[in-house]
Amino acid sequence: MDRRDFLKTGIAACAAPIIAKATASASEANGSGMQYRINPLNGDKISLLGYGCMRWPMNGDEIVQEKVDEMVARAMEAGINYYDTSPAYLRGKSERAAGKALSRYPRESYFIATKLSNFGDNSDTASLKMYKDSFKEMNTRYFDYYLLHSIGGGGLPVFEQRYVKNGMLDFLKKEKEAGRIRNLGFSFHGNQEAFDAFMKIHDEGGTKWDFVQIQMNYVDWTHADGVRNVNAKYLYEELDKREIPIVIMEPLQGGRLASVPANITKEFKSREPDSSSASWAFRFIGSYPRVLTILSGMSSMEPLEENIRTFSNFRPMSEEELEFMEKMAVLMKEYPLVECTACQYCMPCPYGIDIPGIFSHYNKMVTDGTFAQSPEQKDYMKLRRAYLVSYDRAIPTVRQADHCIHCQKCVPHCPQSIRIPRELNRIARYVEQLKSSSDIL
Amino acid sequence: MLKKIRIVLAVLLWLGITALLLDFTGVLHGWLGWMAKIQFLPAVLALNLGIILGLVILTLVGGRLYCSIICPLGVFQDGVAHLFHKRPYRFKKELKWLRYGVLGLFILAIILGINSLVALLAPYSAWGRIVQNLFQPVYLWFNNIFAAMAERAGNYAFYNKEIWLRSLPTFIIAVVTLIVIVVMACRGGRDYCNTVCPVGTTLGLISRFAMFRPVIDTEKCKNCRKCARKCKASCLDAVNHSIDYSRCVNCFNCIDSCEFDALNYQFAWGKKKEAEAGSKADKGRRAFLTGTAIAIGSAAAKAQEKKVDGGLAAVLDKKVPKRETAITPPGSNGHKNMYSHCTGCQLCVAQCPNNVLRPSTDLEHLMQPESSYERGWCRPECTRCSQVCPTGAIRPFSKEEKSTIKIGTATIRRDLCIAENGESCGNCVRRCPSGAIQMVKDEASDIFIPSVDKERCIGCGACEFLCPTRPISAIFVEGLSEHRNV
Repeated sequence: MDRRDFLKTGIAACAAPIIAKATASASEANGSGMQYRINPLNGDKISLLGYGCMRWPMNGDEIVQEKVDEMVARAMEAGINYYDTSPAYLRGKSERAAGKALSRYPRESYFIATKLSNFGDNSDTASLKMYKDSFKEMNTRYFDYYLLHSIGGGGLPVFEQRYVKNGMLDFLKKEKEAGRIRNLGFSFHGNQEAFDAFMKIHDEGGTKWDFVQIQMNYVDWTHADGVRNVNAKYLYEELDKREIPIVIMEPLQGGRLASVPANITKEFKSREPDSSSASWAFRFIGSYPRVLTILSGMSSMEPLEENIRTFSNFRPMSEEELEFMEKMAVLMKEYPLVECTACQYCMPCPYGIDIPGIFSHYNKMVTDGTFAQSPEQKDYMKLRRAYLVSYDRAIPTVRQADHCIHCQKCVPHCPQSIRIPRELNRIARYVEQLKSSSDIL
Repeated sequence: MLKKIRIVLAVLLWLGITALLLDFTGVLHGWLGWMAKIQFLPAVLALNLGIILGLVILTLVGGRLYCSIICPLGVFQDGVAHLFHKRPYRFKKELKWLRYGVLGLFILAIILGINSLVALLAPYSAWGRIVQNLFQPVYLWFNNIFAAMAERAGNYAFYNKEIWLRSLPTFIIAVVTLIVIVVMACRGGRDYCNTVCPVGTTLGLISRFAMFRPVIDTEKCKNCRKCARKCKASCLDAVNHSIDYSRCVNCFNCIDSCEFDALNYQFAWGKKKEAEAGSKADKGRRAFLTGTAIAIGSAAAKAQEKKVDGGLAAVLDKKVPKRETAITPPGSNGHKNMYSHCTGCQLCVAQCPNNVLRPSTDLEHLMQPESSYERGWCRPECTRCSQVCPTGAIRPFSKEEKSTIKIGTATIRRDLCIAENGESCGNCVRRCPSGAIQMVKDEASDIFIPSVDKERCIGCGACEFLCPTRPISAIFVEGLSEHRNV
């Protein structure tokens, strides 16, 4: 997409900041204090920064509850009131940890979002049990936002298998009537055809979606591959048209947009020396008014504090800034990154490969600018050593990419539709090329 | 002064060679590799005539300087004796039967190809074994602590290295050798060098005629016998004012200790103090010449003799597949050359960056290295073992040559292969650097199974290491007793 196209299609986008300001009645006025958005359908006043509970700090198999308590306390203090979890996250322990931390506060002071994550056994009994267990885990009598977890992959047939044939969708609608679910929606990963199908359901009145959770960030805005996933711009516009509130996931692509390659960082810094790369990514999304909240999986105090800063003095982007972000997205696409968000859905690999670990190490080295490419490169030996040593540190030998046997079992689990074995093979070949270029580290 | 020079040189060389044996990064051997190559027995086995000649001339000119400066085991004993031998030394008679008996046995062992005995007695190899088995793990442990600290600091100066026991028998031998050496050094200084060490005995045959030697000036000597009390080799007879030059290791302690300037390291060739010295010298010269001739001759004979291979591959661990023929590293040309040249110094084992080499546990080839692929594979860019080997057991080859040296052949155990269960895998095919493996359709069972092109396979072990079947890989490398080029 060239600049002209961007400008053309950006008409809707350019309206966005204006609307954002126009709907100031629905948003808290800019200034100090957390930015809020009002859900036009029910008046919920939701913090624009939502807490994603998929990345709590872990110690081996266990979540470090003290840290979760500490971070939730800080988040509540700062006015973050939307907490998104799932029975599948963090080996199934995320809901309980979030529940423990949140139940110290009045129930009406925060919103809980959780999901029906029936990826494995999707029979009615198993799905029902999952639903009921979530109440116990989170120590609540109702869910504010309840999602059909990650639909779109596999299209309508999989959706019907998971939610229609087993009667779960009808059941959940009844639960909504009973008040145990306040808003029923879905989270989406998939292609346009699948998304259109879900919109059609809405349009025809089969199920009115109260909200939809989509992946959106300045790279995915117009640079999704279009085959396995859809441009966020398309999703946003379709939902905006129907006035469906939107929850945003992966605003930083699993952290990749928080630490971007040096040339992009330089662009950001030359505009605003004190702003982080992440703040640019958040501001881009927050500039679109239909966005209800932006989920960020903050796993330690530092990003939490930094995000609170970003959202406490929130500035929507100008048209010029949105255009600038598109340029940055183009620059990002030039890097051979694996679009892994470290969601861990592919794990555990039956052959012991540390898939997200390998990808995040690789991405880190690419974006850090410490990426050895050819022996002619300046400092090649140093960069090569950095890659190989840090690779061995990050991933034990027997869990490295060259041990992947391409059984393909991980592929259907990936919400980003990454061709995992192919990417692992790419990295294995890269490592092999690094190793074989010298006999010493 | 002479003593000081000797100590400085000895400590430098000792530190160098020990560092060479400890180093696992491969940066030192470019600088220090020569220190292993100037060791006497390795040079003899490598038929490195230049070095043999150099050492013989050195000994002929200056006496057993080799034992005091170059030999790491000798220097180590000096250090131990310095610290723990507090009583005065006294002159002892030469134990001829023991010295020459051991030397005879040693030469016989070389001729007969009983290399475990050769490796056991060779002083440099004994030191290598001690360092690799006992000191390198400690060194690695410290390195790993640094690596952990570096990791926290996001620094790449240190990296973690796995510590593992490569062979229990060799480890035990190293422990026993260390104990024996330390005990002997504590009790009698250089006793080991003048009774057991075959290299010491051989050089002693030459050093009898050294041009320069410590000489007692009887005119100046006040018979205080201080020199004898300082003589680690117990070869200085202060009563008779004579020194047994075949046992003297030229440590210069006697010269340093003499307050009356009665001892000097001086040109003494042909200066016969006593008539009998002449006849002794002749005998000695003859013995030296024959000794050298035997050593060189036997080494030469080994290089040409065809030895029938045999023996079973060692089974070190449950995970090691049973190999009919042991794999020896590229450059060894096969079993014959490896087994007849290697003195088991463990330098290649200590250096192997891929955890492939380990000492054999096979009695016949005890302590001599072999390859196995449980912890890594013989990577194409690595030629380190061939660069460090001082004995010619692993001869130098280039990176480019390596991909053409066939050291073994991958063999498939279909009963273990996961393709047999219809699982798609093909990792051996994908990872083979020689492109020697293909998936082919088995007509009988109608499934795709890997098949090895035995002509293209070089036996590097990538497939074995990366095979998902555990604990025994479904594809493993069978060694070749005689390497060849593909």
